[in-house]
Amino acid sequence: MTSMPASAAPSPASGKSKYTLSAKLPDATLHKWLRDLMLIREFELKTMAAYQQAKIGGFCHIYIGQEAVVVGTFGAVNHDDPVVTAYRDHGHALARGMSARACMAEMFGKAAGCAKGKGGSMHMFDKPNWLFGGHGIVGAQTALGTGLAFAARYEYEVLKTGPKKVCLSYMGDGALNQGCFHEAQNLAGLYSLPVIFIVENNGYSMGTSIERGTTMAHNLCLKAAGYGIDAIQIDGMDVMSLYDQFKPFADKCRAEQRPGFVDLKTYRYQGHSMSDPQKYRTKEEVAKFQERDTIMTLSNYLLNERKSLSEAEYQKIQADVRDEVKDSVEFSENAPVPELSELYTDVYAEPMPNLSPSGEYTHGAKNPLL
Amino acid sequence: MPQLTLVQAINLALAQEMEADPRIIILGEDVGKNGGVFRVTEGLQARFGADRVVDSPLAESGIMGSAIGLAMAGLRPIPEIQFEGFLGPAYDQLTNHAARYRTRSRGAVTIPMTVRVPVGGGIHAPELHSDSPEAIYAHTPGLKVVMPASPYDAKGLLISAIRDPDPVVFFEPKRIYRAFREEVPEEEYTVPIGKAKVVETGSDLTIVSWGASVLQCIEAMDKLPEDISVELIDLRTIYPFDQDAIIESVQKTGRCVVVQEAPKTCGMASEIATVVQEHCFLHLKAPVQRVCGFDTVMPYYKLELEYLPNAERILEAVMSCAAY
Ligand SMILES: Cc1ncc(C[n+]2csc(CCOP(=O)(O)OP(=O)(O)O)c2C)c(N)n1
Ligand SMILES: [Mg+2]
Repeated sequence: MTSMPASAAPSPASGKSKYTLSAKLPDATLHKWLRDLMLIREFELKTMAAYQQAKIGGFCHIYIGQEAVVVGTFGAVNHDDPVVTAYRDHGHALARGMSARACMAEMFGKAAGCAKGKGGSMHMFDKPNWLFGGHGIVGAQTALGTGLAFAARYEYEVLKTGPKKVCLSYMGDGALNQGCFHEAQNLAGLYSLPVIFIVENNGYSMGTSIERGTTMAHNLCLKAAGYGIDAIQIDGMDVMSLYDQFKPFADKCRAEQRPGFVDLKTYRYQGHSMSDPQKYRTKEEVAKFQERDTIMTLSNYLLNERKSLSEAEYQKIQADVRDEVKDSVEFSENAPVPELSELYTDVYAEPMPNLSPSGEYTHGAKNPLL
Repeated sequence: MPQLTLVQAINLALAQEMEADPRIIILGEDVGKNGGVFRVTEGLQARFGADRVVDSPLAESGIMGSAIGLAMAGLRPIPEIQFEGFLGPAYDQLTNHAARYRTRSRGAVTIPMTVRVPVGGGIHAPELHSDSPEAIYAHTPGLKVVMPASPYDAKGLLISAIRDPDPVVFFEPKRIYRAFREEVPEEEYTVPIGKAKVVETGSDLTIVSWGASVLQCIEAMDKLPEDISVELIDLRTIYPFDQDAIIESVQKTGRCVVVQEAPKTCGMASEIATVVQEHCFLHLKAPVQRVCGFDTVMPYYKLELEYLPNAERILEAVMSCAAY
């Protein structure tokens, strides 16, 4: 699903109030949101194409449909608030400020990738942008979020070296069922740590619908209640209304240095991964969510209602993101693969001399440390 | 006799055992409706019902623990863990509980459970989806560990595992799930746990390997000079492994190369080398060689082929061992 020019589509009145938090944001902020949403969408479309051409290996989980989640929630916090997420992480990386080149090259397994081509699609790391990784073990990152929040509170209260922060710990609805998540919540509740568990509730964990996978699917907030964690359910298909609800919630967690839980209803338009026959849902269901597509809604609002963006400016954004993504693909295609010696680096801080099978190993990498 | 892939052979074994024994229950993520990530359990839920092929939430610790409970009560659970890396969350249940109940209860409580787990690299997947942790579980008293390298053995070994009175970790090398077909008898048969297979007989040197690496060994052997005669042993069971077969072979050949995909240090190759020096010392004409992965995290796919033992590396080890 490409983002069609919003003006070409009939423009239903969005009914947006002028007085919401998001409507009061400067034009530049909202235009940046639109650009980020469109960048992620375009990036993912080109990622799918590259995957189909076997330029990307391994597993690849596409974020299309869920873009509003990262753009709206990141928009509500500070750049130095730490973030962890699961493996559906390209959107998080881009919205946090990673260049399309570093993100794409990582998936191509190239040395110029954000993790030197060592992590791949599921493992986007960007420490300068406070992104502490995509994670391949479902649910495991939730406890890391608890730890990052612990550190932030410690720095603020004990070391007095940092501001009040809040950690955003993203997870899929499937991760609700992992034991680790419950331990993470209990710790966060017990110690009162400023971590917000954001469930990107797209309704499915691979082929398992949420109703088949978890209890209290109708009201996930009940799960957090058991840990004394404030919880809120937010519709995640519209970036502005998402922000309007999330911003005060995040502000409160920050101010009171308490944990939070967000059941963020969203939807992935594509399959779970690039190899998913999608027998578990109907085309009509997908279409129902696409009708509320966040790019369509936001561009409609900016072009037709708020009138802060001209058609030409909209086209320019579209062209810019296309160029940026096209450039990232070309860059990644031409970028060198990691040196063979990279097999032995980054395992320990201290170089280890005996990581390779033998010093005489000549076919391929020779351990440079030997 | 039908020509089956490894996936089909496993599916057939599961179906036939379930037909024969109503105590068997399969549980795991997407094993039912979807037939599993690798479609190994395809069609089983339709055939045996959702009570016996149970779609579970995303919860490895819960899956493993529940399976152990089922086994304690006398059922025959077959949990599936989607990839070897996801054994992590289930590790406590598997090693601290399943492995130890027979001992802890002085034989009163036993765990006849077969844990099916795709294993190993070579499918362009990242770490956690490409690892070879068999030695970790072989190093856990109370667990049996099996890894077939062919469709025929997969069916026979799985049936043995299911009927075994103790917990078995059944590793399925995902690289060869659909790599080739082989004649697999329609009727049920068993391949004994603890027995290696001599794939090729020879007199000058013994190669010991298991899982997908066996195929690389065969490839290497095809490139050998005519005058070197190599015996290839497919270990098949990682624990309890067939020491007799290895000892007998190396006492005959006097030379041994062990090939494994897993990191080198403290792998099964190290254990096998030790057994060889303990029992074949006076027969050895050369030090035992190991061709292994590296002591690093399994690399992302651009470097994957550098990591996995390939025919070239195996050949080189064989030649240098032979020339020692
Ligand atoms: C511990 C663990 N178990 C299983 C998997 C395999 N797996 C990867 S994604 C996934 C579904 C996760 O669904 P959800 O958390 O809802 O995230 P979504 O894919 O919807 O973004 C599964 C079962 C895994 N990566 N880690
Ligand atoms: Mg989901």
